[in-house]
Amino acid sequence: MNEQAIKDLLYKLADDQLILGHRNSEWTGFGPILEEDIAFSSMAQDKIGHSLAFYTLLQELGEAEPDTVAFTRNANQFHNSQLVELPNGEYDFSLIRHFLYDNAEIIRFEMLAQSSYEPIAKVATKLKGEVKYHVLHANTWIKNLGSSTEEAILRLQSSLNEALPYALGMFEKSKYEQELIDAGVYAGEESVKAEWLKRIQSVIEKTDLKLPDLATIEPKFGGRYGEHTEHLQPLLDEMSEVFKIDPTAEW
Amino acid sequence: MPLTKENILILLEEVKDPEIPVLSLVDLGVITGVEVLEDGHVTVNMTPTFAGCPAMDYMKKDVERTLEKHGISKYTVNMTFDKPWDSNKLSEKGRQHLKEFGLAPPPKYDLILDLDILEHVKCPYCDSDNTDLRTPFGPTLCRSMHYCNNCKQMFEQFKPL
Repeated sequence: MNEQAIKDLLYKLADDQLILGHRNSEWTGFGPILEEDIAFSSMAQDKIGHSLAFYTLLQELGEAEPDTVAFTRNANQFHNSQLVELPNGEYDFSLIRHFLYDNAEIIRFEMLAQSSYEPIAKVATKLKGEVKYHVLHANTWIKNLGSSTEEAILRLQSSLNEALPYALGMFEKSKYEQELIDAGVYAGEESVKAEWLKRIQSVIEKTDLKLPDLATIEPKFGGRYGEHTEHLQPLLDEMSEVFKIDPTAEW
Repeated sequence: MPLTKENILILLEEVKDPEIPVLSLVDLGVITGVEVLEDGHVTVNMTPTFAGCPAMDYMKKDVERTLEKHGISKYTVNMTFDKPWDSNKLSEKGRQHLKEFGLAPPPKYDLILDLDILEHVKCPYCDSDNTDLRTPFGPTLCRSMHYCNNCKQMFEQFKPL
């Protein structure tokens, strides 16, 4: 198996988790209610822990140690989807992004738990149990708010429309896609996307929201190949500020 | 004391979860294996409860300190995902200790998590099932928040995973 293909897969998994983890952490102290403040903070902690698990696998394949990889690269070296780097916006946008992202992530982990590459399968087996709580959280709030007041429905619908092109960008194929599928390492983005669509549809059907026809939407690709929005570099600068003051510091 | 797997496990009973001091790491189920080689080298394998749990690093150091305290100088403590932790791994003794501590123990389940498992957790104070899940995210990653409609108190559960 081409090691580059495995690394590419690990970087995309790890970078998504790190960046969304950081965005989630920005709700700490600012959540609309205390329980949501805590929920987003907890999910941030989980996701950053998940990124560490994948960066550790990368280190075992000869990449730099996790802190170095997380805190010293520039935006064009990150493989996260553009969806996760967008600013939090209002709570409705963060909630919609969380719903679209975590429903995809759990499918990735479920599929990767069957991976022929054992180190990834072990980590994914562990993490899929934790992400269940994230999905449960997202689906519960979408169902509650998506069928509540006119304002809530309008706001969520508008955020859904705005986030969807970026959400489709999550499924941008790796240049090693076929190789990974053939080797049984990964089921591939098309499989993840098809299952994702089924799951998000079944939640949205229980609300007053409408899922636009995805065939009419142009996905925002580029993230997996290091092309990012203007929002990623400032986020990385802030995230790595303390590390860069003294990279050799012991905590 | 002869160096055997059983004896090492007895020593490790001393190491408690830093956030739940009534619960030993052995009863928590995070010690997944102990091996003693003929030359006396002790290997302890541990697995994290939650991947992002900040206490895991502390627990690992605590295991190392405890081994040293008992005169074991040759040891390796590994943190691995080889045998992933789930809440069914909590021992009966551990569950009892959690309840006495005021934390509802997680139910034993088939590892398929749905809302039915999370709702109507038995209240650790009054044993009522008339309870509601308030949020799966509590003060630490391993705890969820519930409300008892019977004794009108909030309580926490060590959540199923």
